[in-house]
Amino acid sequence: MAQHQTVSNGHGGHNGGHGGGHGSLKSYVIGFALSIVLTIIPLVVVMNGMLGRVGMTVVVLAAATLQFIVQLVFFMHIREEEKPRYNLMALLLGILLLLTIVIGSIWIMSMNVVAH
Amino acid sequence: MAHATISGAPAHGGQGSVPPGHHVQGGHDEHHDHESLKTFGFWMFLITDCILFGTLFATYLVLRFNTSGGPTAEELFQMPIIIAETFILLTSSFTSGLAVLEMKKGNKKGLIGWLAVTAALGAAFIALEVSEFVHLVHEGATISTSAFLSAFFTLVGTHGLHVTVGLVWMIALMIQLAQRGITPVTDRKVTIISLYWHFLDVVWIFVFSLVYLLGVM
Repeated sequence: MAQHQTVSNGHGGHNGGHGGGHGSLKSYVIGFALSIVLTIIPLVVVMNGMLGRVGMTVVVLAAATLQFIVQLVFFMHIREEEKPRYNLMALLLGILLLLTIVIGSIWIMSMNVVAH
Repeated sequence: MAHATISGAPAHGGQGSVPPGHHVQGGHDEHHDHESLKTFGFWMFLITDCILFGTLFATYLVLRFNTSGGPTAEELFQMPIIIAETFILLTSSFTSGLAVLEMKKGNKKGLIGWLAVTAALGAAFIALEVSEFVHLVHEGATISTSAFLSAFFTLVGTHGLHVTVGLVWMIALMIQLAQRGITPVTDRKVTIISLYWHFLDVVWIFVFSLVYLLGVM
């Protein structure tokens, strides 16, 4: 028990100096509540067939993107990172590559008459 | 034994995590930097994994209407099971966060407890997914039925495989935590598996949105 005391003190103090990086109970609860809401909205819209096809697609994509941001901020603590924000920069590059692959593939294949 | 490392002494101790050639000067500081570098390395892995999933998503989105006379997404997907899977995974992402909070408090029992809850939810998710796949195969919708189903099983199956790997990993980590307690090394390992678990949740959100919701629209 006493050993654990040392561990948590030493470590906690250390992290405190760096600005933490693991959030609080409050941030987890807020994140969880937001992610539930952002799941229910597109679900209700799609299951009841509200809005047109384009409208539903926009709602689904918007909710998914917001949900992604909620997970990054409240659960993965991307904002509480230490100074040179390498994680964030690498993530942005990753997302750029990802969107290029996904949107590029859809665009190219939409030109392909055989595919349809 | 392991605790000797933490209490400020140079990290030379018996801990296997410091490579033999590693020149230790700053004790705890050096060790901490080393551990946070490993966490950064894990972010790199997650980003490459993102690109893997991006490719599978692109394949699926391009092929999703090519059903080759076989069943379509609308006919196949059973939304109640998918909705249950989604909420189970969202909750498990939350409980893995609670595990990290308990760890920061130095509460080993709480940490292992929440990890166990997370693992149980993950196992429930996998069980539902397997039952869904079995149902699809019974309906005659196998991976070789159409291009749509090949892309579907590859994408959703790859995510399921990731969850399964995470599950095995989490159980192994729970055993290690029970043996060694909370040290800088197990601290970093819990941080990493928690990141991995949140990442899987993010991927599932896109599977849920792009595959299932757009599929039954």
